[in-house]
Formats: sequence, structure tokens, C-alpha cells
Amino acid sequence: MLQTRAPRPVHTGLPGGLWVPSVLALGLIVLPVIGLVVRAPWSRFGELVTSESALAALELSLRTGLVSTLLCVVLGGPLAVVLARGSVPGLRLLRSVVLLPLVLPPVVGGLALLYLLGISGFAGYALNVVFGVRIPFTTTAVILAQTFVAMPFLVVSLEGALRTGGERYEVIAATLGAPPWTVFRRITVPLVLPGLGSGMVLSFARCLGEFGATIAFAGSLQGVTRTLPLEVYLREEVDPDGAIALSLVLVVVAIVVIAVARPRSAEGWG
Amino acid sequence: MKRWVMVALAAGLVLAGCGAGNTAATGSSAPARVPVTVLAAASLQDVFTTVKPQFEAANSGADLRFSFGGSSALAQQIVNGAPADVFASADEAQMKVVQNAGKAAGTPRPFVTNVLTIVVPPGNPKGIHSFADLAKPGVIEVVCAPQVPCGAATTKIEQVTRIKLSPASEEQDVRSVLSKVEAKVADAGLVYVTDARSAAGKVQEVNFPEASKAINTYPIVAIKNSPHAQLAQAFVTFVLSSAVQHELASAGFGPA
Repeated sequence: MLQTRAPRPVHTGLPGGLWVPSVLALGLIVLPVIGLVVRAPWSRFGELVTSESALAALELSLRTGLVSTLLCVVLGGPLAVVLARGSVPGLRLLRSVVLLPLVLPPVVGGLALLYLLGISGFAGYALNVVFGVRIPFTTTAVILAQTFVAMPFLVVSLEGALRTGGERYEVIAATLGAPPWTVFRRITVPLVLPGLGSGMVLSFARCLGEFGATIAFAGSLQGVTRTLPLEVYLREEVDPDGAIALSLVLVVVAIVVIAVARPRSAEGWG
Repeated sequence: MKRWVMVALAAGLVLAGCGAGNTAATGSSAPARVPVTVLAAASLQDVFTTVKPQFEAANSGADLRFSFGGSSALAQQIVNGAPADVFASADEAQMKVVQNAGKAAGTPRPFVTNVLTIVVPPGNPKGIHSFADLAKPGVIEVVCAPQVPCGAATTKIEQVTRIKLSPASEEQDVRSVLSKVEAKVADAGLVYVTDARSAAGKVQEVNFPEASKAINTYPIVAIKNSPHAQLAQAFVTFVLSSAVQHELASAGFGPA
């Protein structure tokens, strides 16, 4: 097919039929946000988002989100390198396993964590007996839940960057006598920095939005485990104005995240 | 080939969706049944589900549909225009929300009461025998958030007893408290007597006398402008009937 037709500098134009569904799709994304903006209690906005519980939730969300993102990098970064460069059997299977938190409903992830690290789970029981530690209902539980759901975002975007980057420079460095650790430090890491950056931003966004796994595993207590989405959910029942105001805060954060991560991630993974 | 498979799958999904919608709308029997939507507090789930066939038998053509949840969430749904014919709330405050929005048809009727109790894992490993025991160091207790009815009742008991709890978590609804105790991640929880009964065997009840200081009254009302006003009213009357009252009493509810 391709060879028989000479390349012509013709703009084919879009089939008209694509416009209607496209506009509908965009509308579905944009209109609800406009709905929030229209309904927002602007006169009380400042007061609502600076209330004690709102600030506590915001602070907790930012703190746990940052720690979780860091954990994703420290644990998920090396995993991405192993997945992209390693040559162990079963790597394809491992790759699918990493995607599990991405496709699993977060509340299921939360329950899974609860039945592993709760006092009735084997790991939770061991932790309690050996170290006297209980994980559920602590800020640590929030961080674990967020790291669980956000990890695939970092691994997938970083692995993509590693794969598209290719191995040429690493091979050359190795043939010039650089030991593996030097190659990793001087070649691999600098090459994938942009991919790592967008992966981190996406992970951070996912951490900030985390709800289901947190409420199932960590519970909900102001300043300890009640992050911004949990605060929105609780307020929605008694103080819808407050819930809307806090939702808008999350929308703004999301827009900032997209603006920052866009150059790479908006055009596909990595 | 692959594309055709995808198209076929998509078409199949769409058709399946339509099919499900149709059967749900028309029901299985030939004469069209009238759907009556009841939004009811989560604690009413067991009893209302049990008495459903009774109501449908007595009112031929009625098709009862329940949506159970936290009363505050249900009240917000009604205020925001969710299709509802009847609202059964777990406290008067949430009924007020619906009344203030002008959504109640007539005056709500109180139909049962409920009180809090302590639930602990079987065997009561932390030895909890009173409300004060919950405040002991080393006891991980879970309660409802003060914004929802069971949490409001908890706060009231704290005020009466002057015992300040430091819960590990303030859950969104009473069932979440119960499940945290069932999963043994919490040493104790404050739930309604009726919730404790429904989980008998999986949790143990520890009654405390101060519970009587925070009695929740459950009101029920038909929703204004319901397209099935007559059946909605019939359901309210039905819930107040001795048959249902008996059923509610055996689930642990108190008389209104």
C-alpha cells in the first residue's frame, strides 16, 4: 500500500464525523469542572479552604504525597531499570504484576493492605509481636496506600524512557571499561532524568488524589490520616459548600501538575 | 480482523447495556410494576429487605427499590434532586435537612429508636466492660465522625460522661466502624445495637448504661412531588404497622 502511492504534501483533512464525539468527549471532561466553578461559594471561599480541618488535610496530603513520591522513586526507580534492562526469566510477567495497582480498584488495594498489615494479617501480626508496631490508622498507613497506588505511574513512565533511550551509550561506556555502577550513575540516570521527572509528577498527583485505599486501610482522622480527598468526602454530607471549595483546590493542583508534566507524559507514557 | 473483533465487542457491550436497562425497567412479570424508591439509613437494611415481599404482596404492582446508606449522604442526595419516594433517616437532624429543603411531604413520623453499644472482637481481648474503658491507654477504638448520626450520638455520650475518647479513626458510617472491629484492626468500636446484632458471632456486644443518654429517633417521610405519592404514603403506614414494628423490635430497635 505505502509503496504504490507517491508521497504527496496533501493535507487529508479530518473526517467530519470525528468532530461530534470529540466535542462530546471534551465536554464530558470540562463541563463538570465548570459546574464546580459555577456552584462554588466564592464569597466564603477563603474562609472555607483555610478552616482548621481543611488546612490539616492539605498539610497532611502534601506531606504524605511527597514522602510517597520519594518512596516510589527509591523503590520503583530501580525496579524500572531492572524491568527495562534486566534479563531474568519471567520479566514479562513481572511487568504485568507492576500494573496491578493501576487496574485494581483502590479500595481493593486498601483491603489487601489491611489484611496483610492489620493485626489479623500475618505481616501485621509479626510486626506487632516483634516490634510492637501497628500500621493501620497511622500516617504510615496513608503513605503505604499512596505508594501502592502510585508506584506503577513511576515505573511505567521511567521504563518507557529507558526503552526509548536505548542502550547504545551504556554499551559504549561499558566497552570503554566503565564498571556497571559507573555506567548507571553517569549514563543511565542522566539520560532518563526527564522521564523520571514526569513519572514523579504523575505519581505525586496520584498520591494527592488517593482515596479508596486510604479510607479502607488507614481510616479517617484529622491531621493523622484524613487527607484532602477524605475531607472532601466527609464534608460533602454536611457542608457541601466546603466540599466544593476543597474540590477546587484539588482541581487547581491537578492543573498545575498537568502543566508541569505535560511536555513528556501528555504525549503518551514516558 | 482484530478491528472487527473490537467493534463486535463494543457493540455487544452497548447491546448488553440496553438489554439490562430494559429488563430492569419492565420487570419480569407482564403487568407494569410501579417502582417505589426508598432511601433508608444503612442500619435499616436487614429489616427493610426482609419485609419487602410483604409490602409488595399487599400493594400489588408496587416494586420496592432500596438505596441504603449514611443518612447524611442520603439527605444530600434528596436535596440535590435524586429520585426518591420515601426517606427513612437515622436521626432527626438529617430529616431536618430534607424538610428545610422543602422536600418532605407532610410531617415526618418517628418509627423506631436506636442506641449505641460497644463492640469488641470475640473474647473481648482488651477486657472492655464500660464506656470509660475505651479511654484506657493501649485501646484502639474506632468511632463514627461527628458529622454523621452515630458520631453525633458518640459526641453526646462523651459530653454526658465527661470522658474524652481519642479514637484511632472517625469513620464515615457505622458499618465501616463495625467492619474495622470484625477485621480485628480495632480493639473496640461504637456502633448501634442493631448493627452489633447483625454481626453477632463476629463481634461481641458490651452494653453500657450511659448509652441511654443519646437515643437516636428514626423519622420516616414521603418525599414531596413523588410521582407515586399514594404508594409512598402506603409504605410509611406499612413501616408503622405492628407487623414491621415487630420485625424492627426483634432486630434490636427500640419503640419510638
